[in-house]
Amino acid sequence: MPREFTPKVVTANALLEGDVVYLTAEDRWSRRLEDAELITDEAHAQIRLLDAQGQPDVVVGAYLADARPGPAGLEPTHFREEFRRTGPSNYLHGKQAPPPPRT
Amino acid sequence: MYDYTDFDAAFVAERNRQFRAQVERRIAGHLTEEEFKPLRLMNGLYLQLHAYMLRVAIPYGTLSSAQMRQLAHIAERWDKGYGHFTTRQNIQFNWPRLRDVPDMLDALAEVDMHAIQTSGNTIRNVTADHFAGAAADEIADPRPVAELIRQWSTDHPEFQFLPRKFKIAITGSPNDRAVTRAHDIGLRMVTRDGAPGFEVIVGGGLGRTPMIGKVIRDFLPEGDLLPYLEAVVGVWNLLGRRDNKFKSRIKITVHEHGIDEIRARVEARFATLRPTFTGVDQDLLAGIRAAFAPPAIRQAPTDAFDAAYAADPVFRSWADTNLAAHRAPGHAIVQVSLKAQGATPGDATADQMRVLADLAERYGHDELRISHEQNVILPHVHKSDLPDVHAALKEAGLATANIGLISDIIACPGMDYCALATARSIPIAQQIATRFEELKLEHDIGDMKIKISGCINACGHHHVGHIGILGLDRAGVENYQITLGGDGTETAEVGTRTGPGFSADKIVPAIERLVLAYLEHRESAGETFLQCYRRLGMAPFKAALYEEAQAHAAQ
Repeated sequence: MPREFTPKVVTANALLEGDVVYLTAEDRWSRRLEDAELITDEAHAQIRLLDAQGQPDVVVGAYLADARPGPAGLEPTHFREEFRRTGPSNYLHGKQAPPPPRT
Repeated sequence: MYDYTDFDAAFVAERNRQFRAQVERRIAGHLTEEEFKPLRLMNGLYLQLHAYMLRVAIPYGTLSSAQMRQLAHIAERWDKGYGHFTTRQNIQFNWPRLRDVPDMLDALAEVDMHAIQTSGNTIRNVTADHFAGAAADEIADPRPVAELIRQWSTDHPEFQFLPRKFKIAITGSPNDRAVTRAHDIGLRMVTRDGAPGFEVIVGGGLGRTPMIGKVIRDFLPEGDLLPYLEAVVGVWNLLGRRDNKFKSRIKITVHEHGIDEIRARVEARFATLRPTFTGVDQDLLAGIRAAFAPPAIRQAPTDAFDAAYAADPVFRSWADTNLAAHRAPGHAIVQVSLKAQGATPGDATADQMRVLADLAERYGHDELRISHEQNVILPHVHKSDLPDVHAALKEAGLATANIGLISDIIACPGMDYCALATARSIPIAQQIATRFEELKLEHDIGDMKIKISGCINACGHHHVGHIGILGLDRAGVENYQITLGGDGTETAEVGTRTGPGFSADKIVPAIERLVLAYLEHRESAGETFLQCYRRLGMAPFKAALYEEAQAHAAQ
């Protein structure tokens, strides 16, 4: 029996910065998982992945990652995706980093 | 130190110019990622979990003060103010932006450095004993030979599309600090009837299928080195499995064909190649050797050292733990630990790099080394300068007295950075180091090598750790397997798995039980963990790991 489709988001790394981005329903790339389009239909997921892969001058390595709705918006189901949306655990770098002071 | 010739400088500049244009074409959309990826990998640029990562070669682990300062400058200007020293004597910058990388490479070229062949299916950065040129037990300095190999292998037209990556390590000492038996080719400098040469070891490697290398030639005359290396790599280039990534390394080729057949093929190829080497390589080697002439060592009393050693217990502990024997009287090899308990193994801030550069310039004949154990070495320091060196290190947070102890842990970047990782390594290293610091057992435990990899590729050398830890993804949860009895020295051995792995919150207590079992079972304080394991075998350690855990669960 084929495995049941689990909800997904389209994620990739930005070409210039290399950081993690998510595809939104409005066809933008967001730095925040909460903004991502949660895709519950397998055929739609494939189309959205193709849409992402069609933007090689913006993102690299697009793929479908499992996600689910949580109390504070979308959350990953796998620890790798949790690290991707947060940053490394040894320094407050990456997405968890405090915003740079305004000058 | 070797300085680039005009040829070297022009080669690196041209490569950087090409890569700058490739980056521009990629950003402009004229190159796809598929086309660009092999080009960026050739120049050491990876795309990792959170950002790009630039891996810079530190050939045979040797740096000058100027080079170290430039690494600090690069870390500050284009990264987040630190660098990560790796188990292959490279430095990695974890946060560069694509547009900045060509400038970073130009900045490296200013100090005779590059990132060429730090990735891809090529001959990688040649690693060497980090005590080279200084060790009391050394037969000869391996670095001139390593530099010759660097020049020979860089952009070698036959070896740009190998079946897989290829790693060479070389040592000039009988005590193997370069893990030569776990490399595709390991070279041990030896002499026979007074003539210099090499024992050539082939087919070692860690990763998915760990193997200890086999001796393919017990004595290779020095002048035959390059044609012989070319024969080995050439034979593998033809035979190596390109159909299966997991079977492509030379260790599998040697395993599948047998060392005798590989030897016969290599000797046949060598017989063809040898006459084509006219001796130019040996002239080149002689020139390189002159650049590695030993520094002028000074004769001076060591009273300042003796006084500090007698008076200051902190200095004494550091001296006892972090110094190694230098071949010149009155001198020492200083090992600077990048493993402060709770810190990230191998990381140094730009400020720390500058302190190290200043110390090398002032007290250490302008030389620094990076060890595969992710520490920094000042290879030639007069003992009378050690109190000053120690004071400066202390101020910079670099005086941790733990070289070779349980908190001197090798750890790969793991899933905190690496796109290939299956689990994190760094937090496990931090927690183990912190735990044994709390227990105040570190010096009592003595010689102990813990090595942690965050995936089967084994960048953290876990197979050759006295205690090895391998992080895996088991059904969506981080899980850590333990191996015992590994050894990366001249008595190299691959460790044996203890049994089922432990979750992230159970692995540190498991390591603690193992170590307590060792303390309980050792014959005397002089018996190291590895000796104790070799004497007793797995049973008492397995019991400590699993039976005690079960007993706890049953309570």
